[in-house]
Amino acid sequence: MKNKIRIAGGQGFWGDLPEAPVRQVEEGPIDYLMLDYLAEVTMSIMQKQRARDPSAGYAKDFVPLMKQILPACVERNIRVTANAGGVNVAGCATAVSEVARERGLAGKLRIGIVTGDDIMEQLDELLSRGIELRNMDTGAPLATVRDRIQSANVYLGAAPLVTALQRGAQVVITGRATDTGLTLAPLMHEFGWAPDDWNKLAAGTIAGHIIECGAQCSGGNCQYEWRSIPSLANVGFPIVEATPDGSFVITKHEGTGGWVIIPSVKEQLVYEMGDPHSYITPDCVADFTSIQLEYDGRDRVRVHGIQGRPATDTFKVSISYSAGYKAVGTLVYSWPDAYDKARAADKILRQRLDRLGLQFDQILTEFVGANATHGPLAGQPSPDLAEVQLRVGVRGEDRTAVARFTREIAPLVLTGPPGVTGFAGGRPKVEEIVAYWPALIPKEEITPRVEVVDV
Amino acid sequence: MKLQLVKLAHARSGDKGDTANVGLIALRDEIYPVLVREVTAERVKQHFTGIVKGDVERFELPNLGALNFLLHESLDGGGTLSLMTDAQGKTFSTALLRMMVEVSDEEAQAAGL
Repeated sequence: MKNKIRIAGGQGFWGDLPEAPVRQVEEGPIDYLMLDYLAEVTMSIMQKQRARDPSAGYAKDFVPLMKQILPACVERNIRVTANAGGVNVAGCATAVSEVARERGLAGKLRIGIVTGDDIMEQLDELLSRGIELRNMDTGAPLATVRDRIQSANVYLGAAPLVTALQRGAQVVITGRATDTGLTLAPLMHEFGWAPDDWNKLAAGTIAGHIIECGAQCSGGNCQYEWRSIPSLANVGFPIVEATPDGSFVITKHEGTGGWVIIPSVKEQLVYEMGDPHSYITPDCVADFTSIQLEYDGRDRVRVHGIQGRPATDTFKVSISYSAGYKAVGTLVYSWPDAYDKARAADKILRQRLDRLGLQFDQILTEFVGANATHGPLAGQPSPDLAEVQLRVGVRGEDRTAVARFTREIAPLVLTGPPGVTGFAGGRPKVEEIVAYWPALIPKEEITPRVEVVDV
Repeated sequence: MKLQLVKLAHARSGDKGDTANVGLIALRDEIYPVLVREVTAERVKQHFTGIVKGDVERFELPNLGALNFLLHESLDGGGTLSLMTDAQGKTFSTALLRMMVEVSDEEAQAAGL
């Protein structure tokens, strides 16, 4: 057994800095590269892509990335865990196999494929047996939106990834696996942690939580003394340096920018937190009130003392469904009286929408530069503001009404208050809203599947 | 004396559906008890009048010198439904730091202010 494992975080979301994972591989020693691609609504986007093209439906940029870094990963035995497979894990694995062979890696590499998260085909059968998949936020049963569902995936935990690693996979590709499981699995595999060693599982989960948003723990989006953060242009992505006892150090490669300090780690720890006593994953329940932090040298924060409790008997399900249409239009008003002009334009726009008889579930007006982020807390805007952006959004079931709204923005330039610009982008786009429906499902209903293939 | 929270704490916020969370972290350990006393769920609810339509819940993390607030029904439906610029509640953190709190002279001194 190794006595220390270094797991590097390479993507905080699908679309994060493209060179970050490459630099994690090239700029210092690591054992694992962890890549998180899936936000809550990403699965529905991928489902749509696959409907148009059966070979699509996964994080496409993962393939050229693997083509670039796989030779180095094989040479230095760096293993990759990624939820890049989206709704087409097999297709993603095939594409990675192809680029691996192009790089001369045939026979030198195994790919692990984790599926079983997609329950779209089982939904009717589940509902018919009284598994209601009620919305965790509203309590409504799934039947109320059944005909509008676009994707349904269970958040799988670390267990199937551990199986893939045990069977020699160098690259493990999953569909909807939790972000934290991508980090926990290598630790369970390397250190032989038992699936009921709750304190250690909680430690690996919290390590995963700290690095799952990429540089957001190493200087990015850091409020603490933000002006003093060194070289964010060259920001280093985080690395977990873990030991078998469940303690670990958060650090980054030497010579990179950003910083790993206790305040930057604390900011990431509280990010998207619910009840800190019970951070629930498929693998365990982690207690954030047990976390202890201390310095272990420059850009090194040691994390220890973590306690966990047994996992729950349910998986979380991420369901997406079509929920109408929306559009957002903007115009920019200049000094003098920028705010008053923007407000007058909003009033005129609403009068015109009324006269057209258009019905919306919601119309929201914001004045960017005056109150778009802090609302009434921002106080009365200064009459000397150089400019204010009027931003009006509408939402509703009727696509025609939303489309009609988009034609009412640009005309305000010639038919509304003066000193206005910023319409060069043309008419706002009508977007279909794909909404998120979180639910729980008994674990015994789900069978994760693991396949390991040689390239 | 009255001090603005931005002098006492830093923060990060995020979302879960229509709920925003704000993690409020004391700039120094000595300041944490002041946050616990002054930044109650009730006062945060009041601070966010017109923004937070639901309840405010507070959790204590003395090990991190931090408080976590859940601001329910604050994101216009949340996620992709929301029409807000800040549909993910990313700037609720700085909005909370606008709050004014009462700090004694001794506490201000101990906190290096």
